[in-house]
Amino acid sequence: MRKSPQLLGLHARPGKLFKWFLASLPFVLVAIIYVTASHIRHEANPQDKLLPTPEKLITSVDKLAFTANKRTGEYMLWNDTWASLKRLFSGIALAGFVGLLLGLNLGLFPGLNAILQSFLTFISMIPPLAILPILFIVVGIEETAKVTLIFIGVFPVIARDTYLAVKALPREQITKAITLGASHLDVVYRIILPQIMPRLINSLRLAIGAAWLFLIAAEAIASSDGLGYRIFLVRRYLAMDVIIPYVLWITFLGFCFDWLLRKLNQKLYPWHQA
Amino acid sequence: MTNDRSSQYLLHIEDLYKSYGNKVILDNIDLSVASGELCTLVGPSGCGKSTLLRIILGQETQNRGRIFIDGETAGFPDTRRGIVYQRYSLFPNLTVLENVMLGFNLQHGWRERRSKRAAFTKQAMEYLARVRLEQHAHKYPHELSGGMQQRVAIAQALIMRPKILLMDEPFGALDPQTREDMQLFLLELWEQEKMTIFFVTHDLEEAIYLGTRIFVISRFYSDDRGIDCPEKGAKIVADHQLPRIANSAEIKHNPEFVKLLHELRQAGFDPDFLQHANEFSLKHNDSFQTLTEKEHQR
Repeated sequence: MRKSPQLLGLHARPGKLFKWFLASLPFVLVAIIYVTASHIRHEANPQDKLLPTPEKLITSVDKLAFTANKRTGEYMLWNDTWASLKRLFSGIALAGFVGLLLGLNLGLFPGLNAILQSFLTFISMIPPLAILPILFIVVGIEETAKVTLIFIGVFPVIARDTYLAVKALPREQITKAITLGASHLDVVYRIILPQIMPRLINSLRLAIGAAWLFLIAAEAIASSDGLGYRIFLVRRYLAMDVIIPYVLWITFLGFCFDWLLRKLNQKLYPWHQA
Repeated sequence: MTNDRSSQYLLHIEDLYKSYGNKVILDNIDLSVASGELCTLVGPSGCGKSTLLRIILGQETQNRGRIFIDGETAGFPDTRRGIVYQRYSLFPNLTVLENVMLGFNLQHGWRERRSKRAAFTKQAMEYLARVRLEQHAHKYPHELSGGMQQRVAIAQALIMRPKILLMDEPFGALDPQTREDMQLFLLELWEQEKMTIFFVTHDLEEAIYLGTRIFVISRFYSDDRGIDCPEKGAKIVADHQLPRIANSAEIKHNPEFVKLLHELRQAGFDPDFLQHANEFSLKHNDSFQTLTEKEHQR
């Protein structure tokens, strides 16, 4: 029997353990480069703030995440995370809900489509950050503005993606459902909607990145807590020992949500082959 | 006379025209089908037979002409007409059983659905048993072979007892062996259920083998509009009653079968054999034809 090569060429089939090793390579490489660079900088200047040493990062994380504030008794990292995630989830949930309904109905009802399609395309071209000042003026600098920004940034994408997914379903399905006794609303919510759900979850996975961007931008400008607020606050002191753990944390959270949604999709919709 | 025919027959079509832009697809189609027939509609590919089926179904609209189902105007799709497509008949997000039960679930409110669930399930399982798929009730369509999927699709449509079951090349994507099995299976089912079927296929042999009546639709004909008239579309060029000899593939070697096969192949599939519209071989008792002045100048 021919043996597949482990790494090189079109026929390569890396083994299971070897795959894990390969996947960890870039991470390890970046870590090594960082530690080396940090070491070199600290050789030259022991007070260097730009690339804090791993020890410094660990003490900083310990202080941020596991030490209560003496005055308020709060843990800074968890506080910020909670504040940010509330905004992120409200924004994404709202955008997902509205985007789904809009895309679904636009895809199925030609009349509604005639009214709203161009308008939606127009709206989706507005750069959300450009209207952030308007939001602050109109709805104030509280939570609403931040959630609204995420909503405005994310829902057109969801709506348009859902629309495309609906359009991609064979027309025959609609006729078929009607011959089986479905009403028009049945077609929308009992025939097509369940088939669109896995696609919605996938578009939410893609939208998470954009949602973080809008959230952090809003928090950077007007907020008193949150992950984005903290990063931009400590930037003034060049506190890389705070910024780096925060960025890693945000990245890790995003990675986890993506993984969770992917697993959720597989679990809930076994008929849907990715 | 016309009104009589429309209520006398289960399916009645009169002066039906369909064109896409300048291209005429269906050109003055007339047909009536009695209840209980297994009609097959056959013709060269691209001649408009699927278009005709989709118009009967209501998925597309004709430019002119009228269609009646049991004496009532056909219109948009509804439960009077069931459909089995070549593909896409099943809902991929539902299991086999759920697909078959879908009609019940759509036609009843949630309260009734709850109270009658057991009865619905029982009936759906009976239909699944009839299409010999009861062991696969809880699989998803993508886990089944093409032939099995089509059997589910047939059960799904049949259980709602439509007045007429439309089938659009239902076995076209199956391998020859499965196809033959499915043909036998359909005949068996048709005899048990005594239903009316309108079956579209591009395979002449299949059409003759399955049907109690065959329509051949084709663009290869002539009429008094002249050979080069650009506005000519497909017409029904032959309409025969078929003998129902036995439910076996043996019939395919019967000399009468072979003779009819050649005759209909010439009538519908031979581009050089142009019969005049008033000489079409419309031999079935129920067949009728209304030619316009232009088509046949008397």
